[in-house]
Amino acid sequence: MAEETIKFKLNGKAVTLSTDGDRKLLWVLRTDFELTGTKYGCGEGLCGACTVLVEGDAVRSCQTSMKDVEGKNIVTIEGLSMNDQLHPLQKAFAAHDALQCGYCTSGMIMNAYSLLSKNLDPSVSDIVRGMDDNICRCGAHKRIIEAVQSAAKEMKGGMKP
Amino acid sequence: MDSFYKFSARFAELSKPQRTQSREISIDACGIIRDPLGCSKYFLFYSSVIVISMKNWRNDAYAKVTGKTKFTDDLKFANLLHAVPVYSDYVHAEILSINTAAAAQSDGVVRVITAKDIPGSNRHGQIVRDLRILADDRIRYNGDVVAIIVAETRDQAIRATALVKVDARELPSLLDPEKALEPDAPLIHEDLGTNVINTHKVRRGDVDAGFRDSDLILEQKFETQFVEHAYMETEASVCQQRPDGVMEVYGSMQHPFSTRRFVSRFLGVALSEVEVLGTPLGGGFGGKDDTAAIVCARTALASKLTGRPVKMMYKRIWSMRESYKRHPYRVYYKMGVSKNGIIRAVQTKIIADGGAYCSVTPWVTWRSTVQCCGPYVVDNVHCDTIGVYTNNVFTGAMRGFGSPQMNFVIEQMVEMAAEKLGMSPIEFRRRNMVRQGSVTITGQKLDNHAVAMEQVLDAVMKEIRYDEKIGQSSYGAVDKDEWYGIGLAMSYRGVSLGAEGVDLCAAIINVQADGSVILEVGVHENGQGSESAMMLLLAEELGIDVERIRYRRSSTSTIPDSGTTVASRGTIMGGGALKMAARELKAKIGAVIAPIVGGTPEQLRYEKNAIVGTSSSIAFDAAMAEMFNAKVFPHGFGIYQAPKVSWDDEHGRGDAYFTWVYGCQAIELTVNRTTGKVKLLNAVAAHDVGKAINPGMAEGQFFGGMAMGIGYALHEEVIMKDGRIVNTNFNTYRIPRSMDMPEMKAIIVENNDTTTPTGAKSLGEPTNELMAPAIANALYHATGERRFVLPMRVGKKEARGVE
Repeated sequence: MAEETIKFKLNGKAVTLSTDGDRKLLWVLRTDFELTGTKYGCGEGLCGACTVLVEGDAVRSCQTSMKDVEGKNIVTIEGLSMNDQLHPLQKAFAAHDALQCGYCTSGMIMNAYSLLSKNLDPSVSDIVRGMDDNICRCGAHKRIIEAVQSAAKEMKGGMKP
Repeated sequence: MDSFYKFSARFAELSKPQRTQSREISIDACGIIRDPLGCSKYFLFYSSVIVISMKNWRNDAYAKVTGKTKFTDDLKFANLLHAVPVYSDYVHAEILSINTAAAAQSDGVVRVITAKDIPGSNRHGQIVRDLRILADDRIRYNGDVVAIIVAETRDQAIRATALVKVDARELPSLLDPEKALEPDAPLIHEDLGTNVINTHKVRRGDVDAGFRDSDLILEQKFETQFVEHAYMETEASVCQQRPDGVMEVYGSMQHPFSTRRFVSRFLGVALSEVEVLGTPLGGGFGGKDDTAAIVCARTALASKLTGRPVKMMYKRIWSMRESYKRHPYRVYYKMGVSKNGIIRAVQTKIIADGGAYCSVTPWVTWRSTVQCCGPYVVDNVHCDTIGVYTNNVFTGAMRGFGSPQMNFVIEQMVEMAAEKLGMSPIEFRRRNMVRQGSVTITGQKLDNHAVAMEQVLDAVMKEIRYDEKIGQSSYGAVDKDEWYGIGLAMSYRGVSLGAEGVDLCAAIINVQADGSVILEVGVHENGQGSESAMMLLLAEELGIDVERIRYRRSSTSTIPDSGTTVASRGTIMGGGALKMAARELKAKIGAVIAPIVGGTPEQLRYEKNAIVGTSSSIAFDAAMAEMFNAKVFPHGFGIYQAPKVSWDDEHGRGDAYFTWVYGCQAIELTVNRTTGKVKLLNAVAAHDVGKAINPGMAEGQFFGGMAMGIGYALHEEVIMKDGRIVNTNFNTYRIPRSMDMPEMKAIIVENNDTTTPTGAKSLGEPTNELMAPAIANALYHATGERRFVLPMRVGKKEARGVE
């Protein structure tokens, strides 16, 4: 269990941390950085509650070792809203009531972000497929899909040519 | 509240009390801001405008979409210790010794706790006190916890679990409820002298005569499975003893008052010495009642013994191993019908596997008993229900609470009977269904509310175009590669606890001198939106903007025991209490304000943030200032007690529930003939909710209930092997995902219910109890084969425990 110095970018800020390189990003975020918006759901990368962005890709932070994020750019749900302004996905999730208990919501939004960052013009089935690995037990799927669709429209509108 | 409001408020402000004068559409110019993430090549669009539908208004939406909601494990305490449970490999064994010496020496470990350390009682339960919070004499199922390890870090605590050694004498395991009922079966709880947890019955008319009068008799056995709640947030608790000695308990739970009882009894202290604080809940579905209380009790003891705050948060695999499940049922069902399609008699035996502990098995099985004939009038009924102890994982409350199992049975039986008679199953249902003034199988006359059975059936059939589509069903046609089927199911459901328990709820309205309002209701926010519903109700009651109201999550120290937020009773009971509190508040306001604005207190109208009398009106906030000037505090306390119900256990008769709800769901699907793959296409549900307080959220309950019902029908099963759960995470326990979902349509039927103060009834559970039989009927129409075992397998062997 060797301590390593790991540097990465977290929600836009450069950070340095001395820790065991085998520790999982989820627990470092929740414990060391007190970013508790990222949730534990299964610990085995099966549910998506812990989804964050690493270099823009949705990853399961419970399966991501700290040594693997050296030099990477990490964004969590806390980094998605900016200057108190909600991201279109966050607004859409609220406006469509695409949540009940809210426990899977952070992971859903981060996964949707990654999905839309690769395809701003997704079909419904692209979204359904793209969100399939994120589990919601309250059964908000229908509205999650609608929210992602609506956010995609808004984000596309805001894209610069 | 049913119109769409659009207003120009930054969303962040929604969660703050504010005056929103303008609710007209107002779209601000939206700035384009550089994507802050820096990891995308896109510029994203940020806007200061959010269009909020008051249909979907939710007080916790902002916190939930920003990750700011503090669930239990998100709470931070200084000097915090971490506790974890220790299990043994046994399924049924007599404990000889638990050696904790090595674990206690392990790095970072502060304390190892066993049953010997319990200052109070180790025997708990809401009905029968058979549950041990820490195993003492025996291990009765594989999820029994033998010790708790408390360490500086969670990892250190987990590492030490392997060092606890349990010496035990293995006992034969009883894993089949019918074997557990055999006369020579060993006893799981020796002091109880029996493996029978409870029995219930219904005796109506003369079934022998009924069968004699029948032209057709059908008999069928059905089996259902153990189901995991799979709330996304695992069990968690944080406890700390305050300087005044009170044990403060935070936790993921649906029933703070039950938790308080468990904790106080476990610690051996008075109820007032424990304060349970409601904490945002990451899903419950009935599953965070006893299990949550147990986890909180262990955490509280760890805090008491170490003198430090302690947190316990479950790994998924522990949660699935230890937490109680939905009851597996074995149902023997015999139905006699006459040629003209009238059900003459029903005889049924229902066997529920209660697992190692009683939990709420008697209440769950009571609902199954009362509703054992579905929404049909049957004059001759003989029902025997039995809850049985086994060494399987224990079973308890889960959304539906004993009805999903029975509906799976009944709604197939009626279709099978109709088909044998050569009659349309819909026509068969119409000939037998409850109508206004009908008498239920327990002798209750349905005359105090609108009996909407046919109304919801018609609504669903029309929407999904059942009559024209049923003819397209494939019935396993050999010339087709893809089979199509449509099916429906319907039910009625007794509202709230009925004769299951004491149905009481409290609410407190505390208006401030500036006209802002603090509301507290004894029901718990499970994610269903109960806080928002309560706030909307109060806003309507006082004629004020909902933004003036702050909801205060209840603490067991500030509000009387209001029971558990289960049984779809949140809105009905909470709303009732709120109405009572508002009545008291308005009496106080009337005494002070009526002389100012004219008229009697009863003549005052509360509207548009003002109180209007016969001669003038006063702004609500100014009125509240007047109240304080007059030294009359605008404070209302209300208690709502559900209307009287009755039950005669000996004869199985009574007015079981004070009102009923009616629901119908239909689904279309296809089955791939070669692979057996089932694709759900389109589902429609209609439920009479009395009155929808928050229609958007009500629809959310529809979709959520249907989703869970799909899992119950096709995917989910806790697989037990020799008493040990095999599938303890989401790779092997598959809950429905977005690709499994059909198109869904929710039809809210409103028949204002005069038996409830708000007109609202129940929804959370009715939506969950019909998908399995609807899918079963659709699968039959697609494949030509009936399925009597849940989950339903297509194209695979229909055997238990076979993937």
